[in-house]
Order: sequence, then C-alpha cells, then structure tokens
Amino acid sequence: MKRKYWMLPATAAFATLAFSSAQAAAPPIKIGVIAEASSVSGASIPKAAQLAADEINAKGGVLGRKIEIVTYDDHNSATDAVRAFQRAAREDKVSFVIASYISEVVLALEPWSARLHMPMITPGAASDEISHNIYKDYNHMKYVFHGYLPSTFIADSVCDGAKDLLVQGHHVKTAVVMSEDAAWTLPLDNEYLKCLPRVGIKVLDHIRLSPDTTDFTPIFNKIEGEKPDVIITGISHVGVQPTVQWAAQHVPIPMFGVSSQATTSTFWKDTNGATNGVVFQTVAAPGVAVTPKTNPFTDNYTKKFGATPSYAGYTSYDDVYMIADAIKKAGGTNPDKLVTAMEATNYVGTIGRYVFNGKSSPFTHTFKVGKGYVTGLMVQWQDGKQVTIWPPDVAQGKMTFPSFVKLPQ
Amino acid sequence: MQALQILIDGFAISSLYATGAIGFTLIFGVSGVLNLSHGSIMVTAAVVAWLVAGSLGAGPYGGALIGVGASVVLSLVTYGIVVRPIQNSRAIAREEKEIFVLTGTLLWGIMVQEVIAYIFTNNPKTVLPLIGGVVNILGVRTPGNEIAIAAIAWITMGLLWLLVNRTRGGKALMAAAINPRGLTLCGFELGSIHLLVWTIYGVLAGIAGVLLGSFLGVSSDNAGQLTASAFSIVVLGGLGSVTGSLVAAYVVGYLESLTAYLINPSIRTVPVLLLLVIVVYLRPQGLLGRR
Repeated sequence: MKRKYWMLPATAAFATLAFSSAQAAAPPIKIGVIAEASSVSGASIPKAAQLAADEINAKGGVLGRKIEIVTYDDHNSATDAVRAFQRAAREDKVSFVIASYISEVVLALEPWSARLHMPMITPGAASDEISHNIYKDYNHMKYVFHGYLPSTFIADSVCDGAKDLLVQGHHVKTAVVMSEDAAWTLPLDNEYLKCLPRVGIKVLDHIRLSPDTTDFTPIFNKIEGEKPDVIITGISHVGVQPTVQWAAQHVPIPMFGVSSQATTSTFWKDTNGATNGVVFQTVAAPGVAVTPKTNPFTDNYTKKFGATPSYAGYTSYDDVYMIADAIKKAGGTNPDKLVTAMEATNYVGTIGRYVFNGKSSPFTHTFKVGKGYVTGLMVQWQDGKQVTIWPPDVAQGKMTFPSFVKLPQ
Repeated sequence: MQALQILIDGFAISSLYATGAIGFTLIFGVSGVLNLSHGSIMVTAAVVAWLVAGSLGAGPYGGALIGVGASVVLSLVTYGIVVRPIQNSRAIAREEKEIFVLTGTLLWGIMVQEVIAYIFTNNPKTVLPLIGGVVNILGVRTPGNEIAIAAIAWITMGLLWLLVNRTRGGKALMAAAINPRGLTLCGFELGSIHLLVWTIYGVLAGIAGVLLGSFLGVSSDNAGQLTASAFSIVVLGGLGSVTGSLVAAYVVGYLESLTAYLINPSIRTVPVLLLLVIVVYLRPQGLLGRR
C-alpha cells in the first residue's frame, strides 16, 4: 500500500514533465519570407519579420508553438522567387509566405499561391493587378493578400497631399509626371493623370523612364524645357541617381510623389544629402506616432539593425502579427481556415488599422484606406531628417526646399 | 542651347569612359589579358570612396584617394590570385590560357560584385563630389563637379602619356606590348612589367570609378554594364590601341549623349551597339587597331 501512495506523485511529476517537454518540442510554425536581401527596400522585409517573430516568441509564441522565419533571397528575380516559393511550400513546409516588394515578382507568385493553396501576403508591391486578379478569380486566388497600398490609392494619396501642400500652399498649377517603367507605375500614372487635374494641377507631360537609366540629365533637361511647377515622381527601382543628379544640376523644380528608396534613413547617406528637399509619400515614418505601435517598432528596429526600416519593413512587421492572430483564430495552419481568419482581420499595426476588402471589391484583399484605417503621409527630407509635413494632424514641420528650387509665389 | 548641353555632357562622359577603357586596353596590349572583372574593380573604388568620404568622415579628397588605393590593391589581388596562377599553370594548355583568364576574371568579378551587394546593398552610392556648386557656361547650368571630372580625366591621361613615353619603365611597358620576348632578352623581368601595368591599370580604373561615382552614382549592379562598356570601347578602338580607345571613348560618349537627348534616354546604348556590330563586321581590327 505504502508503495502505491509513493507512486502517485511520481506518476504525476512524470506526466507533467512529459507534457511540458512535448510542448517545448512542438514543431515551430514556419513563415517563409521571400525578398531581395541586397536592396534597401527588400532588406527590411526579413529583418522586420524576424523582429516581430522574436517578440511573439518571447511572449510564448502562437498556440504554444514558436514562430520560425525562413528567409529566401530572390535577387529581385521572378524565377528565383517562384523557386523559393515552391521550396517554401513543398520542402520547408511553411504555413504562410510574406513575399517581395516588387510587383512583377508578386504577380509571378500569385498563381503559385493559388495552385499550392499557400497563403501569401506582399508587404510592399503596389500594382493594382495583384488585387484585381484575386477579384477576377476569387475561388482560386483567395490565398493572396495585398499588404500594401495599391498604386491607385498611392496616387490618390499623393494628389491629396499635393492639393494641400502645393496648390493651396504654393499656387502650383502645372506638373510633369516622371515615373519608372514598371508594372506598379502603370495604374499609378493612370491615376496621377486623372487626380492631378482634379486637384487643380495641369499635367504638361508624362515621362516613363527605363529603370536602367543612369544619366538623368537629358530627362531633367527636357522637363525643365517644359517649365512645370513641380515634378510628380513614381520611382522605386531607381532613386539615388535621379535624386543626386537633380541636386547636382540644381534642377529648379521640386520633386514630389513616390520615391520608395527615400523611405529608409540610409538614403541620406547614399545620396550624400542630395535628397534634401525631396518630398515622398509613405505609410509610416520615424518619429510619427501613426499608431502607438509605430515608434516602438521604429526604435527597436533601428537599435537592432542600425538604420530605420523601409516602408516595406513596417508592413512586414505587421504582417507577422496578423498571420499569428489568424493562426490563433483558425486554431491551426489549415490554409482555407487561415484565409477566412485573415479576411476577418481587424488589427491596429504600425501604419494604421488593417481591415481587408472583401471579394465584392475590385481591390479584393487590399486593406481599407482612409480615416480610421490606413492613411498616407507626405514626408520631406530636411537636413538629414525625414520630417512628416502632411496630413496636418501628424505633421512635424513645414515643407521647405533648398535654395535652388523655385516655387511659384 | 541643347547642342551646347550635349557637347558639355558628352565631353564629361567620354572623358570618364576614356580613363576606364585605356587601363583596360593597356593590360590587353601588354599582357594579352581581357580583364572581365573591370566593372567590379571600378565599383569597388567608388563604394570604398563613398564609405571613407562619408561614413568614416575623410572628406571627398581622402575618400577619393583611398578609393583609388582600394582599386590598386584589388587589381593586384586580381592579378595575383586569378590571372597569374592561370598564366603559370602547367595543367592548362597554352592556347587555352586566354579563355581561362577570361572566365577566371569574369567569375572573380561576379564574386566581388556579390560581396559588395551583400555588405553595402545594391543601392547606388554617390561619392562626395570633389567640387560642389554649378557653373553657368553660356547659359548651360553645368555642375562644377562635371568640369572637375573632365579635367582630372585628362590630367590622368596626360600623366599616363608622360609615363609611357618619358620614363624607362613606361618605355619597357610599350616594348612588352610589341615584343615581350625581345624585352626579356634585354634583361627586363616580364613579371615586374606585368605588376607595373596592373598597378597603372588599378589607378586608372580607380580614378574612373570614383569619378563615375561622384557624377552619376554607382551600384554593384552596374559592374557588368561597366565591363561591357569598356569592352565595347576597346573593341571599337582596336584591341590594345591606346589612341584607338581614346577616340572610341569619345565616339561612344557622344553617340550615347546624342541618342539620350535627341531620341530617348531609354535606348542610349542601342546605337553604340549597332555601330560596334558594323565595325566588327567591316573592320574587325577596330578603328585604329593594329593588324
């Protein structure tokens, strides 16, 4: 009898030990991150995702399992990205993929996401086609989520900013649209050409330049000859070179619009300060508390990696949290249940509140834009700092240009 | 006005092309090596200059000097660990050595390019300009740095001319290009001639890289294009001909500028490539090549 009493606590202890070791040994939930590691915009994606995973894991993970980030460098190549996607799904058995900031790459991955039933979100690609493809063939394409603003919304955000800052602030009346030739700028330019006249800016010319351009002198020369009040930009693959040459040649026209490379703090160093005065659209900026999560993320990221995140870093960080929430809600990693859980997302991240558009919207699985959701910011480089100048409720300073830039009075 | 603009821009670009290509052709002339890591060496010079001048606070001149120094070191390393072992190898047949050197330098160039992209990202870097501000030349707003670039390129080429024509080492260099066997019979060590030509090449490629970095900005992605551009100029001018490369650099620079200004900047290299095809077809020895 005595012996039996002794065995009871021993069995309980053994069972507890066995249970906790089973929990510790529970396989991690893997999230694949496909991005170009050597580009400024792309490099932020895996780093920010890892930061989010570390934070989630420090708090016990999801459903008692750790999150593991598996990274793949796609070298900005759709072929490499597709190969990485297949490997992530078939060999590495990831449950979700965060993929690229390049529209061409994401468009190439979309059918694979559908075929392999592998949920995927892009933290930075902008082409409208990504969400239009989901809308057109929802049943197959529903695994894809567009975790960044579509180009049309970006253009609208630039136009809204231009109306307040340029038209009302400086009586700007004319513009030349200067965009790189890429998938994401097709809808961007279309919308620019519609929304700029709507806010009172006449478009004098529309220049689409090759992303391989190195000497922008002839382009600036042509633009200057047309005497616009402002250059409205749509650049992401290029950035340093047009900016440096704009400043070196003292092109007297301000650059205002989208300049993705300008969103990271290293851009000042890369251009030796030539970016002073450049105004760019983004969704979050250092020091601007878009939400209570923005500044802590920016600070932690900067402390860990020595530079502020690019725009895709903010969204990539939020994506991991949204995926973790969806896994929790879905009670596991079943792809169809994950999609349903993602569609029910209502999450305040670093750039605003994420609520995805449903299948009835032509922008299926993009997030809602506007007050109370995600809104755009206009930020200007001023003496080594990114200063938010619009909208007025979060503005940190006023728009100001280097002396060589002449604005209409 | 536009004509003057083309004249000024074309001149600056052409001078840069000439500086880089002359080094490239010199090595071929003296040692028969086509160095396909040329672009990577130029990019290294620019990125080191950018790093030292900006982040390490050495200023534009300090950065430029160390950038050129890095190019010399990398050139000598390229010669020491890629070219020379292939040239001295007994395992490779004599007639196959050229193709091995070509492949070796190509792969080495890709490695250097990847390392730069890995450490510094492939975002273009801009070297601090040696001279700031703009100068008005008959109504054309020209960056002061653009004028400095053309001047430095020509001073460099002038010094090279003096070195080759007025010094013993330089004359030996030219002799090696004409008759290497004769030179060794005269008691010259061919190995040290090769070291000298790789050092000169390093200086030229370094200066071209740093100047290009301050003019247009340079990214690791540009390495292949820079090699191709030097290669085109050298083939157009005539392999091994320094004067030919100089002339070809100006033909290429101006043809590109004319295309960019008058037709479309997106196709600036297309007419040059067409011209190259025509020259190779009608005059395979190039504009001023020896044959």
